[in-house]
Amino acid sequence: MKHILKILVNNHPGVMSHVSGLFTRRSYNIDSIAVGVTQDSEISNMVIVVKGDDSVVEQVKRQLLKLPDVIEVEDLAYHDCISRELVLVVVKVEDSNRTEIISICEVFQAKIADLTKTTMTIEFSGNTRQVEHFLEMMQKYGIQEIARTGQIALKYRST
Amino acid sequence: MPKTEAKISGARLMVELLEEYGVDIVFGYPGGAILPFYDELYKSTKIKHILVRHEQGAIHMAEGYARSTGKLGVCIATSGPGATNLVTGLTDAKLDSVPILAITGQVATNAIGTDAFQEADIYGITIPITKYNALIKSADDIARHFQEATLVALGGRPGPVLLDFPKDVQTELTSVRKVDKLKIDSRHYQKPPIGGDLDSFAAALNKAKRPLLYVGGGAINANASKEIRELAEKGNIPVTTTLMGIGAFPGTHQLSVGMLGMHGTAYANKAVLECDYILNLGARFDDRVAKPGEFAENAIRAHIDIDTAEFNKRVSVDYLLHGDLKEVLKALIPKVNKVDRPEWVGFLDTLKKNHPLEFDDSTDTIKPQGFLQKLYEKSKGKAIVSTDVGQHQMWAAQYYLFEEANRWLTSGGLGTMGYGLPAAIGAKFGNPKNTVICVSGDGSIQMNIQELATIAMYKKGVKILIFNNNFLGMVRQWQELFYEERFSESEWNYNPDFVKLGEAYSIKGLRISNKSEIDKALEFFLEDDDARILEVMIPAEEKVFPMIPAGKSQKDMIEFSDTVRAGKK
Repeated sequence: MKHILKILVNNHPGVMSHVSGLFTRRSYNIDSIAVGVTQDSEISNMVIVVKGDDSVVEQVKRQLLKLPDVIEVEDLAYHDCISRELVLVVVKVEDSNRTEIISICEVFQAKIADLTKTTMTIEFSGNTRQVEHFLEMMQKYGIQEIARTGQIALKYRST
Repeated sequence: MPKTEAKISGARLMVELLEEYGVDIVFGYPGGAILPFYDELYKSTKIKHILVRHEQGAIHMAEGYARSTGKLGVCIATSGPGATNLVTGLTDAKLDSVPILAITGQVATNAIGTDAFQEADIYGITIPITKYNALIKSADDIARHFQEATLVALGGRPGPVLLDFPKDVQTELTSVRKVDKLKIDSRHYQKPPIGGDLDSFAAALNKAKRPLLYVGGGAINANASKEIRELAEKGNIPVTTTLMGIGAFPGTHQLSVGMLGMHGTAYANKAVLECDYILNLGARFDDRVAKPGEFAENAIRAHIDIDTAEFNKRVSVDYLLHGDLKEVLKALIPKVNKVDRPEWVGFLDTLKKNHPLEFDDSTDTIKPQGFLQKLYEKSKGKAIVSTDVGQHQMWAAQYYLFEEANRWLTSGGLGTMGYGLPAAIGAKFGNPKNTVICVSGDGSIQMNIQELATIAMYKKGVKILIFNNNFLGMVRQWQELFYEERFSESEWNYNPDFVKLGEAYSIKGLRISNKSEIDKALEFFLEDDDARILEVMIPAEEKVFPMIPAGKSQKDMIEFSDTVRAGKK
């Protein structure tokens, strides 16, 4: 099962190594990792998506809390959080299918970030399922390159 | 100008902080990148520096000092190879929870990352093997890092910390000599409040008919011996300890069943099988003790630990309490019923009688087990004993009994050969009045034998006992039992003359190989406070029993008598 861990850490060099090293050392596989500073410039928010049963994730949490630079660890249940990832994808285009691709982008509310005679670079953000779905739609045109950010997440405030 | 505002160099500040902290002894080895610090150390009248022959020796000495005194152990090394030589010791201290502060020199900040002479990224290298580590980038950060590092080393579950100290930061001037604000959370150094339900925990214990206490090294770190004894005696609960827990409960106490696990006593391991309630006090269900799914499977399992990451890590438990063991036990004991358990205690007494530690003592050759019994008697069980790793370590754990904590120094978690000699030296510096004995083997002793020079230089009366079987004994034992006697690379065709080697360092020595020589040899060994080397020739085929094969459980224990019956003693 997938878990989304929201980890607040001190914002200084080396913390990322400490955290990711802990995962490597215990051979827990990280699906994605995204880091950014919070409203407090001294503190960063790391979102790590990790696969594993509850006991494995519980162990990860406890090991993380032993690191002096880790302030807080929260296991966000998938359904209780807003999660987004950003993807930039380059697809091949021909005159015959350009309009078709543009209309698919409109349906998905994806932005066209760059256009050449033979390629289109599209920006799309959504939860992992939506991103996967969008990429699947683009597959048939021929994907040349992909860049994904990894997931970021926050808990729903409304209940 | 007031003193606090005067600028001093980073190196001066570090020495002053060590002095203020009460550090009076450090173990180390100088080199280019740490010279400004050594120059300040030279001027210190409060800190004694012990010069070692290898940085690994320095950190194991700091460990021996820390474990025998309960204080912070400090070691110093230069950058690059000096720093990387600390890696084994840091890992050892991490696994055995020993509070160590390692200070390493680093190349100047403008050279970091350029593959400069004697540069190694020791900060990166030691991330997984320290509790806290930092590369100090400015002299203004020294006070904060020092405070955080020492608090973390000794706080909670103790462990090693490392401060990497670039050469230009050592000479940089600073007026920041006090900490404004620590960056780390107080949970990393303050005693945690008791977590868990004391009442239901106590109720389960009170219901038990055949309870057993399983005591680990955490009990020693928490200084909880008194409380453990009180709990055991109040509830008449037998006590077994792990290798790391030896000494936390008196080995001669009627309720003691000795060590459990791979080479634990038969009665301790049988007690694990028979108990209906097992209470883990500061142990970690280590793989040499507990097989997940089979460990005390018929018992209710309970665990008290300061480290929440140990809960349900390998073996799942029914009840748990989080906190400082001493504090938790103080709160728990009043809730525990005073009970006599004549049947259960009597049952274990019978087990002790019927399944004692055994060895064949019918020949004239010296048996290490018998020798250690004699050593125990002659030293009246009062010595501080360090060991290396292997058969001698297990025999010492089985046959030398300890009444008190902090007298048994062994590399439990990492199993570091080469630990024993430097650890003994560190312990002797911390406890000059105690007899300190290093029990080693012909293999182990050669891993840090250069520290004989440190013994000679400081005239430290460390007693070195070497059991020599011209083999890596424990490797041989496994090869004999599990690899059809293919002794691949375990036989030592060439050993030095250990007695002569001692003489080269002005350390008196003696070699014996016959049982009739033991008494005199022990007299020579223990007669005064001088260093001694005693080389004891033992048969190569002597094995450590009982034994639970690796990965097996208490049910699969092989006893000495089993092997006699099978004609394989």
